[in-house]
Amino acid sequence: MINTSFFKLILMKILRVLSLLMALCFISFFLVSHSPIDPVQAYVGADMTRVGAEQRDQIAKHWGLDKPPVERFLLWGKSILKGDMGTSMIYRSPVSEVIKQRFLASLALMGIAWILSGILGFIMGIIAAMMNGSWIDKIIKWYSLTLASTPTFWLGLLLLMVLSVKFGWFPIGMGVPAGVLAEEVTLANRINHIILPALTLSITGVANIALHTRQKLIDVLESDYILYARAKGESGFKLLLRHGLRNIALPAVTLQFASLSELFGGSVLAEQVFSYPGLGQATVQAGLRGDLPLLLGIVLFSALFVFSGNLIADIIYKLVDPRLKEGKSI
Amino acid sequence: MLEVNNLSISFIQYEKGLKQKTIQVISDLNIKISKGEILAIVGSSGSGKSLLAHAILGILPKNALMSGTILYDGRELTTKRQKKLRGNEIAFIPQSVNFLDPLMKVGSQVRSSVSAGEKKEKQRKIFDRYSLDSRTDSLFPFQLSGGMARRVLVASAVVGGAKLIVADEPTPGLHPEVVNETLGHLRELANQGCAILLITHDIGTALNVADSIAVFYSGITIEISPVSDFSGKGESLRHPYTKALWNALPQNDFNPIDGFQPSHIEQHSGCPFNSRCTFKSSECVSKLPLIRDVRFGKVRCYHAT
Repeated sequence: MINTSFFKLILMKILRVLSLLMALCFISFFLVSHSPIDPVQAYVGADMTRVGAEQRDQIAKHWGLDKPPVERFLLWGKSILKGDMGTSMIYRSPVSEVIKQRFLASLALMGIAWILSGILGFIMGIIAAMMNGSWIDKIIKWYSLTLASTPTFWLGLLLLMVLSVKFGWFPIGMGVPAGVLAEEVTLANRINHIILPALTLSITGVANIALHTRQKLIDVLESDYILYARAKGESGFKLLLRHGLRNIALPAVTLQFASLSELFGGSVLAEQVFSYPGLGQATVQAGLRGDLPLLLGIVLFSALFVFSGNLIADIIYKLVDPRLKEGKSI
Repeated sequence: MLEVNNLSISFIQYEKGLKQKTIQVISDLNIKISKGEILAIVGSSGSGKSLLAHAILGILPKNALMSGTILYDGRELTTKRQKKLRGNEIAFIPQSVNFLDPLMKVGSQVRSSVSAGEKKEKQRKIFDRYSLDSRTDSLFPFQLSGGMARRVLVASAVVGGAKLIVADEPTPGLHPEVVNETLGHLRELANQGCAILLITHDIGTALNVADSIAVFYSGITIEISPVSDFSGKGESLRHPYTKALWNALPQNDFNPIDGFQPSHIEQHSGCPFNSRCTFKSSECVSKLPLIRDVRFGKVRCYHAT
């Protein structure tokens, strides 16, 4: 039953995301405008010696960098409200266009990692909990704890060194083969290039889900209602299906949606290691080369992305868990 | 119907490092229940009552060690028989609604106890018998009132056609009306031929409904008496602890005795009650008395007559 309290919740969430985004705009703008990177110098790069002071002033003027920061912020804020996110300095196309293109590439990568790590982690967690204390449990726990403390970029480098450089099974990096016309890139090419970064993200993502699922299922198995179910003659796999999975599925799904932030953070690192042309790599470029409009655009977009993940988790809980769904009606 | 002989349950615990220690929670327990009889096991918290229920149902934790024999219907109740019988012939009534799966509708939880036949129909019939209307079927455990929860749990035990019901503390902290209603249900089932083992810490509850009462102290049965012996100043009772318990009740003398029940961690030789007993003699300290028949009851005391 969807009632008024549900709409109240959504309204509160919308207010919260608006205030969050505003605070993010202020902070990011403040930080970037105080960064030591000179956008013009970053843009011109090695040709700096051949560009005179006058030309540099002109570039700065063209970009509006000659105006004081507060005025620039207000100008940017005004156009953002109209839906115009500005133009990226380094890619020289509209920010929204860059984000869209980059995000689609990242989406494939993150999607694969998200589904793989979710399913694998869930299964591993269940196996570990069912075999609590056995050597299988110990291996899964050891694997998860090790992987949970492994930096994504280090794992990416390791996979590259072993699988790409030593064995040559996968390309070294990038989203498509070098030197091939865009029209000639096949789906197989793309898949071939996405495997390693997706694998990197999945391998580390599994750990969290597996450890959480394991602990939750162990708690459930020790609960009074499992004892009672056994006293009623239920046992084995049927008992797990009827009472175990029912009680751990919801927390697992919630955790999975709430993990989008970690996934996004991980993808920044993985894309950098594999030079994969996704949103993460664009973020790094925008930061290093002082591309303020793009960076702010990505900050806002990623905040929305992570927020939606958490919001979906909240809503699923409200809609599916009877204790929250029908709690009010009693 | 059910006979428990010399049942002991102990746990192995690890102390500092790898040093093992065995903690005996139930020692040398003997009880017997016949068809149509309610035997109440009364003991204070921590005397090991619940473990007895778990032992009969075969749901003890893995690290528990059990010795002694349990006979059901004259034959030994082996692990295999326990697996076969629990949920239908042997049923369990737990303490609270927390023993129901929080995310499953109560109707289908009760149906899971039906092994054969039209599950839905049988469950509906039992619910009708305990005046639970059809709306109750689709409620979740957290939506049940205290009284409804009791009736659901009783229904769940009855629906499988139980012949032996083990009720572990079935009326904790409930409204007196609900307590009486639940006990009434148990009495009714006994009158229909069920054997019922009622485990409780509330002697008042036990006196209300039981035919005989076994008193538990520190994991040992110290006395088994017909309920009629609990009267007057407790002159017909056999064990000093039972007498003290009886006279400590508000409706009697309201006169408690000093001291505490020793915990299972202190390994006692001799009678566990000796430190609080006025009849204490040297043999009470050195050796645990055997259980013996005294006047239609049983007692574990050297001095009882």
